[in-house]
This record gives sequence, C-alpha cells and structure tokens, in this order.
Amino acid sequence: MTRSQVKTETDVQLAEADDGSTRAYRFSGDWRSVSIHLATPKLNAFAAKGGEAGEVDLSEVTAMDTAGAWVIRRFMTQVGDVKLTSDKPRYLELMNALPEKLPEPAAEGKKSGSLFIRIFTPIGNSVVSAWEDTVAAMFILGSAVRGAQLKLGRHSGVSPAAIVSQIDRMGVQAVPIILLMSFLIGAIIAQQGAFQLRYFGAELFVVDLVGILQLREIGVLLTAIMIAGRSGSAITAEIGSMKMREEIDALKVMGLSPIGVLVFPRLVALTVALPLLTIIANFAALTGAAVVTWSYSGITFATFLARLQEAVDFSSVLAGMIKAPFMALIIGVVAAVEGLKVGGSAESLGKHVTQSVVKSIFVVILVDGLFAIFYAAINF
Amino acid sequence: MEEVLPVEPREDMTEDAAKVGGENGTEVILSVKDLTVGFGSNIVLDKLNLDIYRGEILGFVGASGTGKSVLMRTVLRLLPRRSGTIEILGVEYDAVSEEERMALDMRLGVLFQHGALFSALTVKENIQVPMREYLNLPQELMDELARLKIDMVGLAPEAADKFPSELSGGMIKRAALARALALDPDLVFLDEPTSGLDPIGAAEFDNLIAKLRDTLGLTVYMVTHDLDSLFSVCDRIAVLGKKKVLVEGTIEDMLACDDEWVTSYFQGKRARSIVREDDKKVS
Repeated sequence: MTRSQVKTETDVQLAEADDGSTRAYRFSGDWRSVSIHLATPKLNAFAAKGGEAGEVDLSEVTAMDTAGAWVIRRFMTQVGDVKLTSDKPRYLELMNALPEKLPEPAAEGKKSGSLFIRIFTPIGNSVVSAWEDTVAAMFILGSAVRGAQLKLGRHSGVSPAAIVSQIDRMGVQAVPIILLMSFLIGAIIAQQGAFQLRYFGAELFVVDLVGILQLREIGVLLTAIMIAGRSGSAITAEIGSMKMREEIDALKVMGLSPIGVLVFPRLVALTVALPLLTIIANFAALTGAAVVTWSYSGITFATFLARLQEAVDFSSVLAGMIKAPFMALIIGVVAAVEGLKVGGSAESLGKHVTQSVVKSIFVVILVDGLFAIFYAAINF
Repeated sequence: MEEVLPVEPREDMTEDAAKVGGENGTEVILSVKDLTVGFGSNIVLDKLNLDIYRGEILGFVGASGTGKSVLMRTVLRLLPRRSGTIEILGVEYDAVSEEERMALDMRLGVLFQHGALFSALTVKENIQVPMREYLNLPQELMDELARLKIDMVGLAPEAADKFPSELSGGMIKRAALARALALDPDLVFLDEPTSGLDPIGAAEFDNLIAKLRDTLGLTVYMVTHDLDSLFSVCDRIAVLGKKKVLVEGTIEDMLACDDEWVTSYFQGKRARSIVREDDKKVS
C-alpha cells in the first residue's frame, strides 16, 4: 500500500435522554470530502429510520468543508424538524450558506416513442444526413469551380503559391511512402501470381496479371486510399480546427469565400498530385514485380518488358489514369465537407477526421467499382 | 479502517477556526523567494519575491508582457524556473514525496483565462473530474455536490447537462470556477476572471468571489486588469514590472506610489472616475 493511512474519527452518534424526550445526533471528527464516505452509510441508516424532532450537534467536529456540510444539511432535510447547534460559528456560517434544497432543472419532456419509432428514427436520420452531405459536397464542388473569387469580383483570388505549396505537401512529400508501398504491392501480387500460375505451366503470364491489375485497378485505388488517409485527414483537421477558432467566420466577414480560399487550392493540388502519384506508383509496382519474377521464376528483365508490351495496351493505362482525378476530387470534397461540420469540442474534431477518412475510402472504392462496370459495358 | 488521502485539514476548517475567525491571519500561504524565470537569453522574472497571506484576495496587475502569466504558470509548475523557491502552504513542491504532491494538488484550484473546460464533457462531468480522481464518493453524492457547486457559482441548474460549447462566455467562467472549487481548495488562482464579461456580470463575479472567500475561507490570487475588481474586492494589490514586484499594498499605497506606470494605471482617466465614485459614496 503506497498511501499511508490517516486515522480519522468521522462518526455520528445518536444520543437519547433517559426519558426519551430529547434526541441528539452528535457529529464528530473529520467531515470533509476526503473522509465522508466513512460515515455516510451510518448517516443514511439514521435517515432511513426516520427521526423525530431532535438536535444536530457539531461541537465535536474537527474539520468540515462544503461536501461535509452538504451531507449534514441533506441529512437534516431528510430527518425533518431538527435544530442545529455548534460552538463554532464558522461551521454554522458554512451550513447556513448552503441551500436547503438543490434547485431542480426544469423537467424536459423525455422523448419515448414506440418501438417502431425508435427503430426507424436512426434510419431516417441517416438518410437525411446522407442527403445533406451530398448537397454540401455539391455546394463545395460548385464553389470551388467558381474559384476563390472576392465578393466584388475584381480579382480571381487564385493564389498559385498556395496551390504549389499544397502540391508539395500532398504530392512531393508523399512520394517516398507511395513508392515503397507500391513496390511491395507489385512484388506481392507477382509472387502470389507466379506460385498459382506455376500449376498450369503458365508462369510467364504473371506479367499480364500484374501489368493489367496494377495499371487498371490497384495502382490508382491504393494510391487514392493512401492519400485519403494521409491528406484527406489533414484537410479535415486543418479546416475543422479553423472552424473551431472562428477563423472561417473571419474569412467570411472579410468578404472571402472560405471554400475558395481554403478548399480550392487543396482540391487543385490533389487533382494534380494524385494522377502523378499514380504514375509513380505504377512504375514502382512494375519494378517490384520484375524483381520478384526474376528471383522466383527466373524471368529476366528483358523478357518481362517484352511480355509487358504485348500484354498491356494504351487503353489499360488510360483506364486507370482517367480515374485518378475523380478520386482526388472525392477525397478533397469529402474532407472539406467533414471539416466544415466540426463543432465546438475536441471530440467532434476527432470524430469528423475519422469520418472523413472512412467515407472517402468507401466512396473511392464504390466509384472504382462503378468505373469497372462502365468500362465493361463499353468494352474499354 | 478504510484508507484516506493524507490531507491535513486546513487551519480554518479545524477546531481553532473560531480563534482565527474570519479575520485575515498572518499565515503565509504562498511564498515566492528569489524566483528567476527565463527563456533562452531572455530573463522574464529576476529574483522576484512575493507573499500571499491566508484569507486575502490579492490582485495582480502589470503591463502586458511583463510576465504575469509566466509567474502564475511557474507557481503552478507549468513552466520551469531557473532558481528560487516556491512554497505553497508551507511545502516546497520539489522537496516532497509523490504522495504529498498529490495532497498539495488537491488544495489548489485554478480558473484559466479561457475556462479550459473539457470540451467533451458536460459542466457537471467537468466538476466531477477532480472528485472522481481524488475522492471515494458514490455517484449520487457527486451529482448532488456538482449541482451544489453550480448553484454556488450562480449558474442555472439547467447548465449542469450542457456542453462547454453551448455556454456563453460568462457561464464558461462560472462553470470553470465551479470546477476550480470542486475539492474546496485553500488557494485559488484566477487568471483574468472578469475579462470578456459585461460590467454587471463582472461586478456579480467579483461579489461571488468575495462571498466565497467569506464563507469558504478561500485565499485568492487574481490576475486582473479590471480596475473595478481591484478597487472593490482586492485586499491587497501587487504590481509586476521591471522583472520584479514593483510595489505591493492596499489601494491607498498604489495611489501614493510614484512609479510612472503605477501612477498612470491607478490615476488615469478610467481609474479616477472610480475613485471619485467611491468618494461620493463615503461623503
């Protein structure tokens, strides 16, 4: 035990006169918040028995604070008609400063609907909020297209410096992690593909597998997911904390559109950076695949390249690359919508950053699926 | 016997309270000696000395940037010091065990300038944070005590279940004061308690602090720029300037002081109007 024990004699005794005519509750010892738990059970027992008129005597109390005073005051209210005596004016003063009863908050009508209502209320709420999110996203996209215009319309308000600095943060600084991740993904797909295709004696076709899968789907998808986690969360946190500190309101009253000033450069930067990162990711993944097929299956780099040229045509590259700017817009807009929804508390900031990442990854995968269906329908 | 935190009852809560009475004792509750604080080559406080006595309200003033906040934060051990000693309730923080430090922390309450309420908790839960950490009380009693504190600082009972983001500036100050008082501390630090309040709200807040001092026997260290507070509730005033306490004493001492800054502060246009009003009341 690390804490030393302190002897306190927090206690209350019921003393009755011989003829039973007068009763007195004698409080003694330390009645402070650190020690009242020692005597409250006893006090509650007295209160439960219910007392008749009597006396509350604080003469033997050695220390008291508001918590102790409140416990005694509450006891007096429970017991009823009692007289308070003490030879220490300080305690009487403290006791008298406390209200006899705590003010009750005005009762609010509690909503308690039927089972039907309780089941369908959250569903209805989520449908409405999904619709509101969509409208907000359209609003942000529209405002961003209009640009960072001043209210008087004198100036385009596009700041190239802001866009370049955002491209640096979201694009250039993401290159190392994207390179590493894609290299590993390419290597893993190639290794798994090589082992499975070996059963059919079709090991060389692993090049087709990696090439088409990476260029059409995996490259852009994983890059978008990585950027959603890396930059989408940053955008939400930046805009959200600016919202909390009323910086967004300050921009508004200056006549600037917060979406134009804050969201527009980030959206432009993402739309430029994500396709470029996708290209880098594709090169890295193909390199990883080449290294693994060479070491596991003995396919030389020359064979790999020759097979790749046959397997992949320009439409495969294009099919992947077309998706990249759409993914960038989704990430940017979802992040901005969530950022602007941040309320007053730190908890709400955390919640919306999480929501931003989860929603943008979900929508990115959904849109990727839609593109796949579309491409299949037009035989692209 | 159940274990209890080893917190000594404070003087005025004990049997001797009657002797000490409501008068300001001469016991030093906070003593700062030869305190030097600096950042890099910039010395902010140089060999500063300050004493605060039990039961008084000390108003602390000084021009912006003279280190009022630095001093308060150093006393609260939020900033490191270069040299000097700080004794709170006769205890030098660095010289005592973990256990005694905890006991000491229980006896201090702080009202930060912007409230510093935990934004994810309601007002009631904010007040219960220190109770939950230090005390062994049933939830029902903690609820009642939280409501009692809310009532004491003059908030409406409905405020208990509101979040800080739903409160006005004045309500945030009151809620933060309720949290500072949660454990019935001996010494309360108030950082600009009336800034951002309207004059009527500020006067109410001053009265509240004076009333709490009288009923609970608090000692109050108040950093303020509010001349009304200085004139109406502060027992003593200390002026910080030139990296030291320039002058300390009652309002009369301030008016008699011949330092340039003190003169312009206490005898400027704004201060004169208050002094004149006081004169009228007297006559």
